Amino acid sequence: MPEHKVLQIIVDPERCQGHNRCKAIAPRLFELDELGHARAVGDGTVPPGLEDKARLAEANCPEFAIKVAQA
Amino acid sequence: MTDRPPVSDWAKDFDHLDPRWVTEPYQIWDELRRQCPVAHTERYNGVYFPSRYADIRAIAYDTEHFSSRRVVVREMPPRVPTDSGKPKSPPGASTLASPPITSDPPYHRPARMLLLPAFTPDAIGRLEAKTRAICGNLIDRFASNGHCDAATDYAQHVPVAVIAHMLGLPEGDGEKFRRWIHLLLHEGIAENASFTQALAEMDDYFRVQISNRRSIPGEDLITFLLGAQMEDQPLSDEHIIGTLRLLLIAGIDTTWSAIGSCLWHLAQHRDDRRRLVSEPALMPLAVEEFLRAYAPVTMARQVAKETTVGGCPFKEREMVLLSFPAANRDPEVFPQADRVLIDRAENRHAAFGLGIHRCIGSNLARMEITVALEEWLARIPDFELADPASVTWSHGPVRGPRKLPVVFR
Repeated sequence: MPEHKVLQIIVDPERCQGHNRCKAIAPRLFELDELGHARAVGDGTVPPGLEDKARLAEANCPEFAIKVAQA
Repeated sequence: MTDRPPVSDWAKDFDHLDPRWVTEPYQIWDELRRQCPVAHTERYNGVYFPSRYADIRAIAYDTEHFSSRRVVVREMPPRVPTDSGKPKSPPGASTLASPPITSDPPYHRPARMLLLPAFTPDAIGRLEAKTRAICGNLIDRFASNGHCDAATDYAQHVPVAVIAHMLGLPEGDGEKFRRWIHLLLHEGIAENASFTQALAEMDDYFRVQISNRRSIPGEDLITFLLGAQMEDQPLSDEHIIGTLRLLLIAGIDTTWSAIGSCLWHLAQHRDDRRRLVSEPALMPLAVEEFLRAYAPVTMARQVAKETTVGGCPFKEREMVLLSFPAANRDPEVFPQADRVLIDRAENRHAAFGLGIHRCIGSNLARMEITVALEEWLARIPDFELADPASVTWSHGPVRGPRKLPVVFR
């Protein structure tokens, strides 16, 4: 069985200021609350094929609020 | 405007209103970043200019030592009260407070939370069709002429019309709004009389609008603010007027400058123009890159308590220019920082600020810039500067082209 590295997204709610860059880059991985602050969809597990999007969202967050790590 | 002594040393005597800084600041900042990352001047009663991303970020996050009670560096500090330390101003007083941009913790958060729902991507998405129509109508006026001023005939009208729509104000008052902004942020930087006059006129204007909405409520942001509560209390008229002043000022000059800078760039870069026309899906990346490279807004802070950042002491009461445009050009954070790469995928730029004062209108600005460029390129895919020497730039907290004559077929 090929090794599959599952990634997980964690958004730090204390750091997120609602720039919404993550939502624009990866709308399937992030959702916004009524104030526009981001959280990961579901438990933050990145579905196969969206790993690059998750990494890009992490790399574009102006507040360094997103961490993407192996689950 | 007062005569300014020429600058001989950018590290110890900089002047952000100097013509060289206004027209071509990036080289000055690059030199400062290498030689003296926190510049200082005795002008304007003492101002610091950090040019490194790390220092700008540290200051934006440090609301204990750096207060937002003054967010614009002016020749003479204003004598009117602000709201960062005290939430209430005397009734009827003309106040400078524009919550939440001039608020510090703990007053900042509730004032900001109030406004956030009106500026989410979904809320802003509902304004896109209207924005597209505004842009189309503007282009109709000059498309067959073969030339126009992309700043005064196009860019400056787009955000005026959209924010007027959001606030329920007549689009025909746009000229008035632009005049106030000119008096407050341009002339008023050095001339207190212009500044005070604009404040008084805006005050009168908004008092009438508020009174009208009290009799006949609308579906606009003014009506929303009249019904809003902060900590179980309705907002004072002073709070509402301050916030309206902020929304009007911050919603116009900034985005018009950004749209103008994008068009200025595209007028001079045929390959980027062609690529955006043939690969429209690239537009989101291009807009973020234009925001990075030509970030229009430099806010300020006042040093509330003596501290040290980047190895430099910051003296109490002096001002700090918080140059997000300089942060965005720091090669430590952005590879090839001085090049505009419209497909730059990793772009953690700070054009909308960092920390608790992140620009509340960032989604609105992005939508307006994107739509304005899309509509322009659809109708005018090929255009050039009519005369590079005739382009002029604004000075003060918002940077963008004010005259931008272009020609097209």
